[in-house]
Amino acid sequence: MNHNLHPDSWQYRALNQRAPSLATLSDTLIELAEAGHPVVAGSADLQYSNGLAGFAKRFPERFTQFGISEQNMVSAAAGMATTGVMPYVATFASFLALLCCEQIRMDVAYGAQPVRLIGHHTGISLGFYGTSHHATEDIAIMRSIADLTVVSPADGAQFAAALRASVRYAQPIYFRISRGHDPVVYAKDAPFEFGKAVVHEIGDDLTIIATGMPVHPALAAMRELRVKGHSVGLIDMHTIKPLDREAIMAAARKSRVILTVEEHNILGGLGGAVAEVLAEEGGGARLVRHGIKDEYSLIGPPSHLYRHYKLDAAGIEGVAQALLA
Amino acid sequence: MASSGATSWPSNSTQRGAISEEEAERLRERALFVRLETIRLISIAKVGHYSSVFSCAEIFSTLYYDTMSLRHGEPGWPDRDRFLMGKGHAAVGQFPVLADLGFFDKAWLDDYTRLGSPLGDHPDMRKVPGVDFSSGSIGHALSNGVGMALGARFQKQDFNVFVLLGDGEMQEGQVWEAALSAATHSLGRLVAIVDRNGYQLDGKVDDVAAVEPLDEKWRAFGWEVHEVDGHDVVALANLLRKVKADGARSKPCCIIARTVKGKGIDYMETEPGWHLGYLAPEDERRARETLLAGMGAA
Repeated sequence: MNHNLHPDSWQYRALNQRAPSLATLSDTLIELAEAGHPVVAGSADLQYSNGLAGFAKRFPERFTQFGISEQNMVSAAAGMATTGVMPYVATFASFLALLCCEQIRMDVAYGAQPVRLIGHHTGISLGFYGTSHHATEDIAIMRSIADLTVVSPADGAQFAAALRASVRYAQPIYFRISRGHDPVVYAKDAPFEFGKAVVHEIGDDLTIIATGMPVHPALAAMRELRVKGHSVGLIDMHTIKPLDREAIMAAARKSRVILTVEEHNILGGLGGAVAEVLAEEGGGARLVRHGIKDEYSLIGPPSHLYRHYKLDAAGIEGVAQALLA
Repeated sequence: MASSGATSWPSNSTQRGAISEEEAERLRERALFVRLETIRLISIAKVGHYSSVFSCAEIFSTLYYDTMSLRHGEPGWPDRDRFLMGKGHAAVGQFPVLADLGFFDKAWLDDYTRLGSPLGDHPDMRKVPGVDFSSGSIGHALSNGVGMALGARFQKQDFNVFVLLGDGEMQEGQVWEAALSAATHSLGRLVAIVDRNGYQLDGKVDDVAAVEPLDEKWRAFGWEVHEVDGHDVVALANLLRKVKADGARSKPCCIIARTVKGKGIDYMETEPGWHLGYLAPEDERRARETLLAGMGAA
C-alpha cells in the first residue's frame, strides 16, 4: 500500500490491488462459472462500480443488464432462479436493501430462491454523495427477513471465500460490501463458514465484535491496546444472520465489556443483534454499541467521515480506551 | 359442480389450426366450472374476489386447457409453459383448475383458507404445486416472468411464459420497468395478458389513475400488441395458438383482453363494490342458477 496517497483517491484504488472486494466479485464469479457452476449475474447500471463489467465481458450470455430498475432486477433474479441458475445481482446497498426490500422479502426470501444479493458501497462509504447513497439501515432491514442469510465480509479475501461457499448454499443471501477497496485483513486462502465468526482473541477487559469494513481498524486498535497492557480481543462477526451466538457468549463469559463496531445505525444492526443475545442469555458483560448513532451522516470524503464517526483505528481505540478506565 | 375429465389435455405445443366448435365448447364449460367453483370456495372463506375471477375465467380455461404445454399430475415438469398472475387475488379461480389438472388433491379445495390450508387468497409457490410463482404484491409478476424467460434462454429451453396482469396493475411502476427489460432483451416467449375489466377497488381504473391508451403504451415500450374479447374463447384460443406458434418472434407480446368485471352475474357487472364480497346462501343459490342458465351448461 502506498501511504503517500490519500485513501479516497483513484490512484490509491488503482495501486491497492491486493484484494479489492468488488474486483473480487467479478473474478470469483468468473472462476465459479468456469468451474461449471450455473452462475449468472445482473447489474442495474453500475457494472463499472461493482466490477461486474469484467464478468460481463468474459461471459456475456450469463450477464443481464437491467438498467436503472433495481426492483425489476431483484424480481427477475428470483424468476431466473426458478429455472435452475444461481443469480448474483448487485447494486448500491442503499437501493438494494431499502428500495427493493419488498421484492427481496416476497420474491427472493419467501420465494426461497437461491439469489445472491450484493449490496455494495454500504454504510457511509459513498461519503459526499450524500444520504441517498448511504446505507446505515440495511443490516437491520435484511436481518428481519425470514430465511435470508446476511453476510458482511471484512475484506476481499473473505468475500471471495464466501462467494465460493455460496454455490453450495441453498438459501438466499444478502452480501454487504463496503467500498470495494478495503484494507486487507485475511490471507487469500483463509477459511470461511457461513454463521461461524472469526475469533481473533477474547479479552478479559474488553472484546470488540466488529463486522465488515471496521474489522481492519478494530484489529489495529486491539493490537495497540494490547501493547498498552490491556487484555482486549476481537471477533469478526462476518455473518449477521444466522448469528454465531456461541462466539458472543464466549466473549460475554470472559470479558468485562463487549464493544460492537459497525458502519451502520447502532439500532437494529450488529449491535442490536448482539444485544438480543446478551439480553436472552445473560453473561454479565456490559455492552456498548459503536456506530452511527441514529442520525444521518455528514457530507465528506469517506476517510474523513470514518475519522469523524470514530470508525478508523484511532477512533475505535479511543472509544475502547474510555471503557477500560 | 361441473365435472372434470381432462380428456383433450395436455395440449400439443406444435402449431395448430383454428379451434374446433367442440374444443370451444369445452373451454366454455371449463370457464363455467371456474366460476361455479369460485362461488363454492368463497362460501367457505365467507369473503372473496368473485368479480376479479369472473373477468378472467375464459382466460384461465383457454390457457390451461388449450394453450399451455403441461403434463397432467406433473406440476414440476421442467419444459412446461409457465403461468404467473400479477392479479394474485384471482387465485380462487386458479386453484380448482390446478386440482383438476392433477397437481394436488381436490380435497384441498374443501379447506380453502381454513387454518393451515395451502390455499389462501393469493397463490403461494411454496405451498401449492402448480403455482409457478407466488404473488400478492401487485406489480412483481412481469419481472418474475422476465427472469424466467431469461433463465430459459440461458438453459436453452423453449417454454413460454404467460403473465396475467390486472388493468389496475398498469399503475405499478415496476410493470413498466419489466416491460422495458423484456423488449431490450427481445424476450419473444414472454406473453403478457392484461385483464382489461375497467375496475379496481376504489372505482373505475381510468378515474383512479388513467392507464389508456394501453395499446399505444405497450407498443411504445417495444411490444407486439393484440386486442381481443376476453370472454370469446374462440378468438382467445386462436390468438394464443398463433402467438405461441410464433416462437421466433423477437418482441415480447401483450394481449389486451377486453373483459367485464363480474361477467355472468348482472349485479356484479354493474357494481364495482363486488371486487371483494360475499354471497349469502340464498344469493349463492341464485348466482349458480344464473350462471348455469346464462352461460349455457348445455
